Amino acid sequence: MTSPTVGTINVLLFASYADAFGARQVSAPIAAPCRVSDLVEALRSLPGGSRLPAKPLVAVNRTWSAHDASIALGDEVAVIPPVAGG
Amino acid sequence: MHPPHAALVTEPIDITALLLRVSDEGVGAVTLFLGTVRNLNDGRAVTGIDYEAYGAMAESELRAIANDMVRANPQLRLAIEHRIGTLVLGDVSVAIAAGHAHRAQALDASRAVIEAIKKCVPIWKREHYAEGDWNWVDPTASGRTTHDLATSVLASNLRASGGS
Repeated sequence: MTSPTVGTINVLLFASYADAFGARQVSAPIAAPCRVSDLVEALRSLPGGSRLPAKPLVAVNRTWSAHDASIALGDEVAVIPPVAGG
Repeated sequence: MHPPHAALVTEPIDITALLLRVSDEGVGAVTLFLGTVRNLNDGRAVTGIDYEAYGAMAESELRAIANDMVRANPQLRLAIEHRIGTLVLGDVSVAIAAGHAHRAQALDASRAVIEAIKKCVPIWKREHYAEGDWNWVDPTASGRTTHDLATSVLASNLRASGGS
């Protein structure tokens, strides 16, 4: 098994989550590859991150993603507040 | 199969253009659904709404909804636009035009599309109130709806099976 690469991943934030972090994107430290749930945990430890729910919706490369899905460095990751279009 | 139209826009939606996209001599029924900004929500006087989107994903999800519907019903014509930005009372935020040889399919399609949009397209709205404050609308907060991955996947499956 390949040893994990420690790095950061840029995470896109929107609406109430962008307000929580005071930014439209943040860099989260991860050991890649990791699971979505690991990234969420890393985000929740950042300033403002306590306002994220334990299991927010996440999209990886613009596709809805389960919390046990894998994330690699270079993926486009977004944490998605409850949607309210229409 | 008629390729559907689905887009995010920042200018007022051109309703006539949408209707033209779904009309032809084989179409016997055209429906138009408009979502508009209203002046009251949860008992509070609303003065306007800012719509924000994860643009790239929202547009691909809108296209996926439209493509899945048309794939399941090749006679269906669909044109969908959702507006992003600052809207005032009465503005049209979303427009869904559906054309079909028969009314039932056109009516069902517009309902299925708006329900899918509300479940799985990453768009948010910030309501501004008469008192001067604002709030991001959270449809899950009232207990009426739960938007988690399961419902998003469910919405995708509904789309795949042709909506309603």
